[in-house]
Amino acid sequence: MIKVTRSGIIDAPIAAVWDLLRDLNSHVDWHPAIDSSEIENGEPPDQVGCVRSFRLKDGNQLREQLLALSDRDFLSTYCILDATLPMRRYVATLQLKPVTDGNLTFWHWQSTFDVPKGRELEFDRTVGDGVYTAGFEGMRTWLRRGRRAGSRSAAAGTSGGRSHVGTPGAGAALQGQGIFVRRHGGAGEMALATVDAAAPGSGEVRIRQTAVGVNYIDVYVRSGLYPMIVPPAVPGVEAAGVVVDVGPGVAHLLPGDRVAYACLPPGSYCSVRTMAADQVVVLPEDVTEETAAAVMLKGMSAEYLLHRTTRVRPGDTVLVHGAAGGLGLMLCRWAAQLGARVIGTVSSDEKARLARESGCELPIVTGDYRFAGQVREATGGRGADVIFDGLGREAFQENIEAVAVCGHWVSYGQASGPMESVPLATLTAKSITLSRPVIFHYTASRTALQAIAANVFKALRSGAIRADIRHRYPLAAAAQAHRDLESRATTGQLVLLP
Amino acid sequence: MIKVYTSTVLDSPAHVVWSIVRDFNALPKWTPFVADSRIEQNLPSDRIGCVRNFRTNDGGIIREQLLALSDYDFQCVYSILESPMGVENYIATLKLTPVTDGDKTFAEWSAEFDPPPGREQELADHVGQAVFQAAFTHLKQRLR
Repeated sequence: MIKVTRSGIIDAPIAAVWDLLRDLNSHVDWHPAIDSSEIENGEPPDQVGCVRSFRLKDGNQLREQLLALSDRDFLSTYCILDATLPMRRYVATLQLKPVTDGNLTFWHWQSTFDVPKGRELEFDRTVGDGVYTAGFEGMRTWLRRGRRAGSRSAAAGTSGGRSHVGTPGAGAALQGQGIFVRRHGGAGEMALATVDAAAPGSGEVRIRQTAVGVNYIDVYVRSGLYPMIVPPAVPGVEAAGVVVDVGPGVAHLLPGDRVAYACLPPGSYCSVRTMAADQVVVLPEDVTEETAAAVMLKGMSAEYLLHRTTRVRPGDTVLVHGAAGGLGLMLCRWAAQLGARVIGTVSSDEKARLARESGCELPIVTGDYRFAGQVREATGGRGADVIFDGLGREAFQENIEAVAVCGHWVSYGQASGPMESVPLATLTAKSITLSRPVIFHYTASRTALQAIAANVFKALRSGAIRADIRHRYPLAAAAQAHRDLESRATTGQLVLLP
Repeated sequence: MIKVYTSTVLDSPAHVVWSIVRDFNALPKWTPFVADSRIEQNLPSDRIGCVRNFRTNDGGIIREQLLALSDYDFQCVYSILESPMGVENYIATLKLTPVTDGDKTFAEWSAEFDPPPGREQELADHVGQAVFQAAFTHLKQRLR
């Protein structure tokens, strides 16, 4: 006997979720795995004892019987009568509870059943992730669709045998414009050309992009320092827009959703793009596409650096290099809001002023990577508990001197050149923790990505981070955007507007 | 008899939240309204039957008795022995449930009690908002 449990939060009042779930046949509407379903003998779907007979998109067929239904406890219990799957004695209970703090819904889904020996883990995943967790996501999407359509009945009938209404099928490629890197090299190697966005395949989404973020990584991709594209190819790792259509197996996106992403592989400098859907998140109503395109990569970087690579606490002293840069300003502001004391390094008095405005208590102006003395002085000789270091080689020795005993040195970039190697004895001398994190590992799983993105949107709301778009360019002027970025003359964020 | 129910979603795994709230003597650490707390007769704070004696910021003394504690269900049940609220038959349950989708925690705090006549709404609001919700909000900030 195995027991499978999954639970999730639905961003809707309990009455709206229960209105669907109390109908045993509603799963054909909101669950992405169900192909068709009907209640046998025309019984009402809230009749205890009624049987739903349904087919999954993978071809399996099941009959399930309603054993208990409670409008008081928001609870439904059902069992499998027959299935083309080797599951025996399957009894499942789903229960909703109100989240009074926010008017959301907690959904608990649990079952016990027998499977063939040795296949327990497989079925835990099939049922737990493929049915339950996918169901949470399907319900969220369905409710969003309902909100847009105005009412649920506008989208589907309310009883009887319904068949699944799929996403409009594959169509022609959509034509748009994109910036191509013709060969690795300078900004002049980028030129505008026509792009074709194919109809989305399985697990893919097609997005009409309205704003594209410009990041320093794009310069490295263009120049060939980071071998992530084979020219001619489109660079860029960040954008926002509106979903045109989705391929099979995509449960969390709908045509018309406003979305954003920051992920590999590059290819965001274009007006329409077909890409893997699992790295794309839906934008809350209060976040504009332009803001999202500007803050997804930097905001998610600040989030994982402050909350996942480290856990910055009130009272910590944090040293932020490049404190007036796009990511630097976010790290300063967010760390200060977490209660940390923020020290920074900057290259000019003007940038020191910017950093100070963002919560950096002591911006150290330095042109030669010398800062350890001032950090130690400002901390009574202790040094910084955490160092966020995007500088790399030239700051290596000073970082070792500036970090506190048992401190955490986070090397997330190397603007001054790569650190070839770090002798372990250097760390031992102060019990230093060294991290060399890359954002894309932290956002690889959908669950983690959604949590990180949600925190970024929350941080935008609370003012812990800000979109500060000072430079807008038409897509065709991408080369100029790169020149401006490389000249180090820009502050704030750059976006391209296709 | 009135019932109060408050629930929230905490952005940390349930075992982490439980490690904070399971200590029956830890109210000063994770609520904003308790000035100090002790367990009477020097009992361990996870001994069923122990009594926490705490003082709120406004000076009120409250004595509560631990009725049940489950590390298996992440659940704690207690009753009020004495308080300035003047309620009777007060029993409260604090329960955590893991949210697998996102590795968070669903936290529920409920109470049943008999209020003095005429003060039903006032005390329901006080317990639900000024006590339970305020503690949840404070705990959220602490977990950040």
